[in-house]
Amino acid sequence: MRAIAGRRPGLLGYAVLVAIGLVAPFVVYPVFAMNVLCLALFASAFNLLLGYTGLLSFGHAAFIGSAAYVTGWVVKGWGLPVVVGILAGTAFATLVGFVFGSLAIRRAGIYFAMITLGLAQLIYFLVVQMPWTGGEDGLQGVPRGTLFGVLDLSDKYAMYYLVYAVFLFGFWIIHRTIDSPFGHVLRAIRENEPRALSLGYDVNRFKLMAFVISAGLAGLAGSLKVLVFQFASLSDVHWHLSGTVVLMTLLGGMGTVTGPSVGALLVVTLENYLASLGSWVTVITGAVFVVCVLAFRRGIVGEIRALVRRSFSL
Amino acid sequence: MIQALFGQLLVGLINGSFYALLSLGLAIIFGLLNVVNFAHGAQYMMGAFVAWMGLSYLGVGYWWALLLSPAAVGLVGIALERVLIRRLYGLDPLYGLLLTFGLTLIVEGLFHHAYGNSGNAYPVPALLQGGVNLGFMYLPIYRAWVVVVSLVVCFGSWLVIEKTRLGAYLRAGTENPRLLQAFGVNVPFMFTVTYGFGVARAAFAVVMAAPIYQVTPTMGANLIMVVFAVVVIGGMGSIAGSIFTGVGLGLVEGITKYLYPEASNVVIFVIMALVLLLRPAGLFGRER
Repeated sequence: MRAIAGRRPGLLGYAVLVAIGLVAPFVVYPVFAMNVLCLALFASAFNLLLGYTGLLSFGHAAFIGSAAYVTGWVVKGWGLPVVVGILAGTAFATLVGFVFGSLAIRRAGIYFAMITLGLAQLIYFLVVQMPWTGGEDGLQGVPRGTLFGVLDLSDKYAMYYLVYAVFLFGFWIIHRTIDSPFGHVLRAIRENEPRALSLGYDVNRFKLMAFVISAGLAGLAGSLKVLVFQFASLSDVHWHLSGTVVLMTLLGGMGTVTGPSVGALLVVTLENYLASLGSWVTVITGAVFVVCVLAFRRGIVGEIRALVRRSFSL
Repeated sequence: MIQALFGQLLVGLINGSFYALLSLGLAIIFGLLNVVNFAHGAQYMMGAFVAWMGLSYLGVGYWWALLLSPAAVGLVGIALERVLIRRLYGLDPLYGLLLTFGLTLIVEGLFHHAYGNSGNAYPVPALLQGGVNLGFMYLPIYRAWVVVVSLVVCFGSWLVIEKTRLGAYLRAGTENPRLLQAFGVNVPFMFTVTYGFGVARAAFAVVMAAPIYQVTPTMGANLIMVVFAVVVIGGMGSIAGSIFTGVGLGLVEGITKYLYPEASNVVIFVIMALVLLLRPAGLFGRER
């Protein structure tokens, strides 16, 4: 019902987003635009879990971060092509997602959040201690290389359009997942798990699949991010990032297709403009969090959708 | 060698008693209010800073800090519960987690802004300085004091909850707050007090911890992650279970530090994964 009601305004929204994405690197600083796209993909992947399956993962930094390190190492340390690096990073995050997901779905609700947080800390400490990750310094000097040996990615526009294409691909996968019968089962689990179970759905298998898809796409975002910035650092696996992605999703609107991207844009912009304020960024992020939870639980896109629906009395 | 082992075991026992204290606080707050208090770590850190600031700026000593810091942090907690947390009752507990997470960021950011990343030392009170040589190890008096007091507080909490009228209300509220209210108990007030006390206990723990660890803005966040894992491992079902799990995991961590220091940061999370594999409801938990 929601999908049908939201289809027309949604279509318009997509058209606008695609157009903005095409001209963005000529309007804003390309690295900024790429950062937004990576985090938008990350948040959209996260939303598949929180918004559509009702599972709050507090450890998604583990997936984006570990993929960033693996891609960085494959490209820099082994000197393999960029595409291999991206595939390796995404595959690694998917694998980690499978292991973490299998463990975390054994408990529900707030325990699920605590477990994912704890498992992500495991990854964090591993990254701190492994010899090849560079510890506190991070993995620096990752080359961008060329795409299939043809397109030179050190050119910022070439890199941007690669990131943009991959973002659209990831976004499309998420959209297809949500709109499929599989996605409807996920929503059924979110709304009423015992009922979904009693209807004969293998709830745990669905949860695990959603978790793995989400982790894999988060990893894809991380693989791109390390190429954009040409380094991976501890902040990519830190729990702050796991919290930030929750904020992006909440602010934009959880359970809406475009919400997380809007949230990512806002949070990255905020962090960018306030970067000179140092610790105040954390304080302001926290305050936005509090306001969202208390007064604004539907998020921006969710509020707009509710407004549209009310005015057309759908 | 044996000295080093016992030294690590002692540190493990201290850490473990803090894990027990904090996971117990989390469990009581969650049981009654249905709120996962992510800010427990931040409140713990605030307690340390209140004590440290009191000493540095006003000359308030350890013994007063042991009383005043929990009172101050407890009052802040009561204000939070009254103004913010209260609005989320009846919603999915995930919102409580997110709200307290946001509060954590605010508090951590403020202290980080004011005091930076470096640690601040807090002196051991004069009365408890020195140590005893037990033959097989050297036992600093202060550390022995911390272990004893923490365990007494844990045991006292158990006694209050299991054996007193107040504890009976608390247990009844955990089971069914509406029914309890129908019997004429002021449940909203009980919620406020429970939250305030839970938070104050965290501050009490940290004043005891301050002379052993450095006082830093990140001390709470690092601890709360481990405490969450302890909660997952032990389950929130029983009080004795929480205490046992906390102390036990502290000791395991201490032994790991002795045998293979590289793994000491992750051992509790690894145990969490193993427990989830073998006994998903937690060691003392009830399946829900």
